[in-house]
Amino acid sequence: MRYILQRRELRPDDWRYLGEECAESDALIVPLAQLRADPLQWQKRSGPLGALLGPADSVAELSELLPWLALVALQFPNPGDGRGYSQARLLRARLGFAGELRAVGAGVRQDQVFLLTRCGFDSLEPLPGVDLEAVRRALNRYSVAYQPGSAQVELRRQRFMPGAPSAARSPD
Amino acid sequence: MYRYDELDQALVDERVAEFRDQVRRHLAGELSEEEFRPLRLRNGLYIQRHAPMLRIAIPYGLLSAQQLRALAHITRRYDRGYGHFTTRQNLQLNWPALADVPDILAELARVQMHAIQTSGNCVRNVTADHMAGIAPDEIDDPRPYCEIIRQWATLHPEFTYLPRKFKIAVTGSAEDRAASEVHDIGLQLRRATGGEIGFTVRVGGGLGRAPVIGQVIREWLPVTDLLAYLEAILRIYNLHGRRDNIHKARIKVLVKSLGIERFRSEVEHEWQAGRACAAQLSASELERVRGFFRPQAYESLSNIDVASGREPPFQAWYRYNTRPHRVPGYRAVLVSLKAHGAVPGDMTAGQMEALADLAERVSFGLVRSTHTQNLLLADVPQHRLHEVWQELLSLGLAMPNIGTLTDMIACPGLDFCSLANAGTLSVARQIQERFDDLDYLYDLGEIEIKMSGCMNACGHHHVGHIGILGVDKHGEEWYQISLGGSANGFTALGEVIGPSVPQPEVAITLERIVETYRELREDGERFIDTVRRIGIAPFRERAYALHPAAA
Ligand code: SF4
Repeated sequence: MRYILQRRELRPDDWRYLGEECAESDALIVPLAQLRADPLQWQKRSGPLGALLGPADSVAELSELLPWLALVALQFPNPGDGRGYSQARLLRARLGFAGELRAVGAGVRQDQVFLLTRCGFDSLEPLPGVDLEAVRRALNRYSVAYQPGSAQVELRRQRFMPGAPSAARSPD
Repeated sequence: MYRYDELDQALVDERVAEFRDQVRRHLAGELSEEEFRPLRLRNGLYIQRHAPMLRIAIPYGLLSAQQLRALAHITRRYDRGYGHFTTRQNLQLNWPALADVPDILAELARVQMHAIQTSGNCVRNVTADHMAGIAPDEIDDPRPYCEIIRQWATLHPEFTYLPRKFKIAVTGSAEDRAASEVHDIGLQLRRATGGEIGFTVRVGGGLGRAPVIGQVIREWLPVTDLLAYLEAILRIYNLHGRRDNIHKARIKVLVKSLGIERFRSEVEHEWQAGRACAAQLSASELERVRGFFRPQAYESLSNIDVASGREPPFQAWYRYNTRPHRVPGYRAVLVSLKAHGAVPGDMTAGQMEALADLAERVSFGLVRSTHTQNLLLADVPQHRLHEVWQELLSLGLAMPNIGTLTDMIACPGLDFCSLANAGTLSVARQIQERFDDLDYLYDLGEIEIKMSGCMNACGHHHVGHIGILGVDKHGEEWYQISLGGSANGFTALGEVIGPSVPQPEVAITLERIVETYRELREDGERFIDTVRRIGIAPFRERAYALHPAAA
């Protein structure tokens, strides 16, 4: 059983990755290439659908599929590869994706999750064996920030917030 | 200067707590060196040749006397009683112990300082003209914008894991004293005919391997759009900058591969599309920050003749080590960290403390670091200059060589840096010894030597009038010499004059070069102007005169 941290809750993962054993009605995460190769095949399934993107994938290519997706998972192969931070921000703020946004991989560690969550991720899937309690605690490392970011991280004070009330926060 | 409010203070305090825990986990074996590395780098901590090296941020080079005293205390308590000022206006400690670093950072936080993002692939310390706020030719003070960028870049959720380091400089004067054209982003303040302030934005400049001069991406950017525009540039870079090859990962490579036109259109599109959700600099926040940089409470004085009738050494110091000030009766004083026999940029704890006291007495309690590795007392009343000179003299900080050949820039090189190919400090000493005659230096006039121990170009050798680059030749230290570079006012990259020379021959080669200049210069012509006029060929011929290998 795989555990993840979802909105600060430690819980078993309901989702399966393509290739893992799963039923027709299970929630399934499909890599972008396969999804794009035959979107209809996946949309026909009865279970919820998710997409898995690598750091080099363009989130813009996902825009037509987004209405079908309950989850987008972005891969972080190592902590130094920061492309997923911008992908997340674009998905939330630009494409208005309101489903589950998951950070997956070796780059998802307690020392990264505060910033990841500020970029709009609401579920975290570190490598197996990572101490999820420590990851959860790390979400409270800072009580202030200079930049706008996801409302999921509650901060006492922020600066440089977008002015217009309608655009005050990225939606998530 | 800027004072932290509760938000600023909480952030650095929380950062110290975070790093303390990371160091603890690393020492306990819970964080491998590979995992710890990006974390320590983002707190200024390198592992160098002999020991860790800690780079402390001095945002845009501005320090209070209290901060300088705290730095002195830190170098005494945790290091060997001295620090090294860098070309990016920061201070490096060469010998801290890893386990002490959290305590050092806590001491820094107590005086509103930090080492956040002074290394690593993220936005680094923002630099400015050291004459900010006092230069007679200034359009607007760059420091409020630097402070705003510092804050915005600190722990930026999206841009903390960039492809490579990212350097921003802001200049507020017509003469670019911040070398903004060789930064990843260079911002030049402009005033429109209507009086509004904005920026000309350059992108993709940089030294290192394949040096490039930045190109204009936007002629005019209103100041309130600053953060949204920076975000657009950084987002394009973060998504599309190369990550497969460290030598191709700077933004200059991306700009070059897309071409400035295409890069510009991507950024403009991103800027427009992302504006509503981007960080925003409100007019009131800008005013708040500007309020910290108002002109000092100057006395009303008039300009006086300070030098006439005084002893010649004072006159020389006055001429070389002081600069005009915007306010009558005041002068800016360069504190030379280039004494002959000393390491360029090094300063002892005792000197720091004495200078802090002096700054409190004569210059509103503030000290600045310059990108030429000197310090500056910005606001000294002219009638106190003689007294200031005497005191600096007694501290060994009055070497009257600013702007001359021995006011050279040098990175730490092989003595400290694990990336170095060759030593820089021994060469600096060799040059100081060979050119120890002040009258000769004065006759040579303004010459900038910039020296790096390897291709990474921390000593900015490409933009030195004379650039010296250490290279490794079969395990020996050799030096490649270039001429004609410049970062001040007019940015140009130097041209290599020929084969590199062995370590013992660097100073003599320089002597042949400057002798060539003395012979061929026109009346009153500066070295750099002679090089530009006649090209490097005459220098090449003479520099290798005794070198059969180069024939
Ligand atoms: S230029 Fe090279 S040797 Fe000098 S400090 Fe930079 S990396 Fe080290």
